[in-house]
Amino acid sequence: MLKLDTEKKEHNFSYTSVKNAMEKVILDPSQKARIKVRNLNFSYGEKQALKNISLDIYEKKVTAIIGPSGCGKSTFIRILNRMSDFTLSSKVEGEILLDGKDIFSKDFSPVELRKKVGMVFQKPNPFPKSIIENIAYGLKINGVKDKHKIEEKVIKSLKRAALYEEIKNRINESALGLSGGQQQRLCIARCIAIEPEVILFDEPCASLDPISTAKIEELILELKNYYTIVIVTHNMQQALRVSDYTAFFLMGELIEFNETKKIFENPSDKRTEDYITGRFG
Amino acid sequence: MINADTYKFSIFKILTNSLCKTNKDIKQYIAFSVIKLTFFLTVSILVGIIGFLIFKGARVISLDFIFKMPENSMTSGGIFPAILGTFYLVTLSVIFSAIPGIACAIYLNEYGPKGFISTLIRISINNLSGVPSIVFGLFGLAIFVKQLNFGISILSGSLTLSIVILPIIISSTREALMTIPQSMREASMALGASKWTTIWKIILPQALPSIMTAIILGIGRAAGETAPILFTAAVFYSRELPKSIFSEVMALPYHIYALITEGTSPQQQIPIAYGCALVLLFLVIIISISAIFIRQKQRSLYAKTGH
Repeated sequence: MLKLDTEKKEHNFSYTSVKNAMEKVILDPSQKARIKVRNLNFSYGEKQALKNISLDIYEKKVTAIIGPSGCGKSTFIRILNRMSDFTLSSKVEGEILLDGKDIFSKDFSPVELRKKVGMVFQKPNPFPKSIIENIAYGLKINGVKDKHKIEEKVIKSLKRAALYEEIKNRINESALGLSGGQQQRLCIARCIAIEPEVILFDEPCASLDPISTAKIEELILELKNYYTIVIVTHNMQQALRVSDYTAFFLMGELIEFNETKKIFENPSDKRTEDYITGRFG
Repeated sequence: MINADTYKFSIFKILTNSLCKTNKDIKQYIAFSVIKLTFFLTVSILVGIIGFLIFKGARVISLDFIFKMPENSMTSGGIFPAILGTFYLVTLSVIFSAIPGIACAIYLNEYGPKGFISTLIRISINNLSGVPSIVFGLFGLAIFVKQLNFGISILSGSLTLSIVILPIIISSTREALMTIPQSMREASMALGASKWTTIWKIILPQALPSIMTAIILGIGRAAGETAPILFTAAVFYSRELPKSIFSEVMALPYHIYALITEGTSPQQQIPIAYGCALVLLFLVIIISISAIFIRQKQRSLYAKTGH
């Protein structure tokens, strides 16, 4: 009986005829791809969370991952810097190439990978230390010892995260005293201090008010000049505002990938259209 | 503290379920009265014990009593060797148990595979804390005193005591580690920290106040235990202060036991026993209060974060 149900469900979702999924994944050969994802499958326990995902992340562009809850978008972004390693009994197939090197190969340590591919989380998660210590931590563990150099880098990244002016007088106070939006920008500063090449944002504005959200979006557009950015978002307007490319995920599948404009103006899949016009999700 | 709370809560539940379902006010009145009653009962028992000991033992307490050797086959003089012996035993047993205990908790919570084996280890630890302490005493006698040939000594006694407090330290440390949010680990790992760096620089500093509390509670337990040192470390009387970790020692809880059961002149010795008990009780209370103080400090630290 149960089996019958699931079959029926699958049937419901194949109402648009997709003969070749790759047709709706339009890669842009004119751009330089920093990350190439090819035939990525990911499962934990019995559940297959991602099915045969292939896409490119382009240099100094913002790629948005959109889709309804549970579609695998957060799962996907967490694989890009192997935070998924900590998911119990998980299994990855396929390959992810960062500048041509397979991130799952044995000679590419996850620690090295995470230095290059930083991450900003859904909820701001500063350490219970001072503002300066929060940023200095990443530098210290990556081998920067000179005190002046650390301070210089801390200030530089605070400026780049558009936080310095607000907090310059209380840089030695606890980071926990900052507002949610400031904490999130501190986390961004902490992330860029170690000079990553790619920054992953996992719904960075999910717990923030509209004003803080606007500040973070502005910041992302600014950071685009220096870093390659991937952002998971629930908010379609946000994807439209900040991203150059958009990937639409549904039930673990990549339904469509294209330039953001094209996805929003002229989606080639019925399901994408339904989602961005708010018919489901 | 949690135990007392759940205990009161269960009484509250039984009462409210069985009595007067119709009138909420009466139910509340009864429940609150019961809670108040148990509260005063608990407090009055503690006050009663302390009062009784002060009444019986206070008159022998003096600086000489604390800092002098026993005299006239322990019918007068001080109890300094017993205090010192307890101090040695407790210090060494904490040193022996804290590091393996914390390491074990880190393994269980941070590294170890979650599954059958870690469940087995957890159950073993819980059972270990339920073993009667006289059994630890026998174990210590067989292994440390006889097999390893440490003899009746500070070393044997503190090793035995360290086994008694090991489960306390492991399970409290593990609980402390579990309260550190996963997001802290992720934040650190995402910056390119290894698992060990994350534990050493982020997790342990945050868990430290709780770990300290656990260790202090362990000290309190070790100071009060009699059975584990009965066959492994303690003697009724020693002519001089212990010279090395292989010397036998006097210890407060055992001294009380010995004075009451083996004393030859009860008239003088029973007040001394009460004095000993008073000293021991105050030691343990001071230790517990400092544990509460540390925990309180940590709570106010977390209150800021809103977690």
